Formats: sequence, C-alpha cells, structure tokens
Amino acid sequence: MDNKLEKIVQVLQERFGATFEEFRGEAHVFVSLEKIIEALSLLRDEHEFALLSTLTAVDYWPQESPRFHVIYQLTSLTQNLSLQLRVPVDGSQPRVPTATGLFQAANWREREVLDMFGIEFEGHPDPRRIMMPEDWTGHPLRKDYPLGYEEPQFTFNFDEIDLRKPYAKE
Amino acid sequence: MGVEQKLANMGVVTTTLETAVNWGRTNAMWPMLFGLACCAIEMMAAQSATYDMSRFGMELMRPSPRQSDLMIVAGRVSRKMAPVLRRLYDQMPEPKWVIAMGDCASCGGVFNNYAILQGVDEIVPVDVYVAGCPPRPEALIHGVVTLHEKVRAEKFKDLTKT
Repeated sequence: MDNKLEKIVQVLQERFGATFEEFRGEAHVFVSLEKIIEALSLLRDEHEFALLSTLTAVDYWPQESPRFHVIYQLTSLTQNLSLQLRVPVDGSQPRVPTATGLFQAANWREREVLDMFGIEFEGHPDPRRIMMPEDWTGHPLRKDYPLGYEEPQFTFNFDEIDLRKPYAKE
Repeated sequence: MGVEQKLANMGVVTTTLETAVNWGRTNAMWPMLFGLACCAIEMMAAQSATYDMSRFGMELMRPSPRQSDLMIVAGRVSRKMAPVLRRLYDQMPEPKWVIAMGDCASCGGVFNNYAILQGVDEIVPVDVYVAGCPPRPEALIHGVVTLHEKVRAEKFKDLTKT
C-alpha cells in the first residue's frame, strides 16, 4: 500500500476507530454508521479525495451479520490514490445518512442502492426508484430475492404455461 | 381473344379489391426504427447492400411512429422501456404489424430475470416471431417475407372486427 495511503488510513483509524483490511494494494476501511459523514467530509476537505467514484452496496445474507455493506469508493486525482470505505448496515431497518450534501455524484447511486437493496438514505432530495418501475415491490439484488422470473416453456409443458402467460390483446 | 386479352392490350388489368389493397400494403411497408440491442446490428446489416431489404419496399426506415406501418422490435425490452414501447405502438396508425426479432423479443431469450420483459408479446400483439440470437439477416428477411404472405392472405371480413 502506498505510504500516503497508509498515513490517511492511520488518521481514519485514530479519529473514527475504523478497522481496515488490505487486499492486493487496495485499502478497505470499515467505518461505523454514525461516523461516515464525518469521515467522508474529512477525506474530501483535508485529504483531497474530491471524487466519489462509486457508491454501491453488497448483501452478505445469510453468512454475515450485519447484512449489508454500503461501499464508498473515493479517488484522489491530485495524489493518485484510491480508498474504499465500507459501512456495515443492519438488515432490519437499513437507514444511512445521505452523502448528497458532500458529493453530488451520490444522488443517483443512492437511488440505485435504494432500488436494488432497500437501504434508505436520510435526507436524500429525491428518494424514488431508479431502475424498476415505481410500483414494483421487492428489492432485486438482495440475496433472498428469487433468481429467475418465469418457468421456461419447453415442449412438454407448452400448453400449461401458455394458459398462464400474459398476452397483449390489442 | 377474350375480354381480358383486349383489356390487357389497352393496358388494363382486372383484379379483386382485396388483392389490390394487400398488394399496396405489402410492397411499401415502412418499418419503424426500433433497434434496442444487438439485434439492431443485424437489422442494420439486413438493410445494407449485401442483404438488401429495400427490394421489399423497406427502403425508408422511419424513426417516427406516425409515418410507419411495421415495428420490428429488435432486441431485449427492459421493464423500464416497456411503457415507452407501448406508447410508440399506440402512436402508429392502422394498419400496423409487429415483428418480434430475436430471442429476447420473442420470449425473453437468455434473460429470465426481473429486469427484462419475457417476450414483447406481453405488451403488443405480435404477427411474426423471428428466432435467433441474433437472427441472421436472411432470417429477418424470411420473417419479413412471411409477414408479407400473411398480409396478402388477409380478407376484408376479418378487418372489421375491432
């Protein structure tokens, strides 16, 4: 890991009690839910991490608890560094403070996380689904969402499924 | 020397009204550009010089639905695109036909999941399904010719049911 990155990770560990893991030169820093906004603004203002490359989430059900990890990937263009912050979020009432105030790029990515995982972001200016239709129930990228959509129609069950398929009349 | 011979010498041909109307409908069927995904490349290839589709009257591919008769749905239709497709289909004037090109438009193809419409016949009535992933340009032309045969066999008494 880069020297500059090591120093920044140490700062995060001291100020926020963050743990970190390293994987092939990348630093993954685990920050708790209450401190994430502070950590993001510290990185943006003092350490020149001006670019929020991506904001996604991962579902580790049922192996791990807390179930979701919200991932913030920050990039510093001036120092050529990349850092990943992970926020473990519980599955029962997943609410995370929004990063839209700090990074405008977080707007649509948080909408995508809401749509696909059901994690709500407090203070988001436009909290609605972005990929699925508005009246869709369920959050598709959770691990307990069914994988396929319909039963494949082979020759032996062609007629049974044909009765159930929705056809357009006109 | 019958009446028909004499009329033909004068340059007059007799036919039925149904045949004439259907001939007009098939020989100048203008498709609407609805290439969504990879099948669009094959549709463009079918339109190009090697597998010319303009010999079937489809020289003009209209992007506007108000000026087209045929919608070739080429590619997978996602759930977000489905109301848009239905709206464009509603904007096409009668008579209109739909060709579902490729596996994804016919039955969902390889994508059996929440995001892709399992066959475009869930939202629009389809006349001809062309199978293939993607169908070769010759297969699309075969589908177009099949549609032409279907239109030529249409009768007036079937058209008046709405």
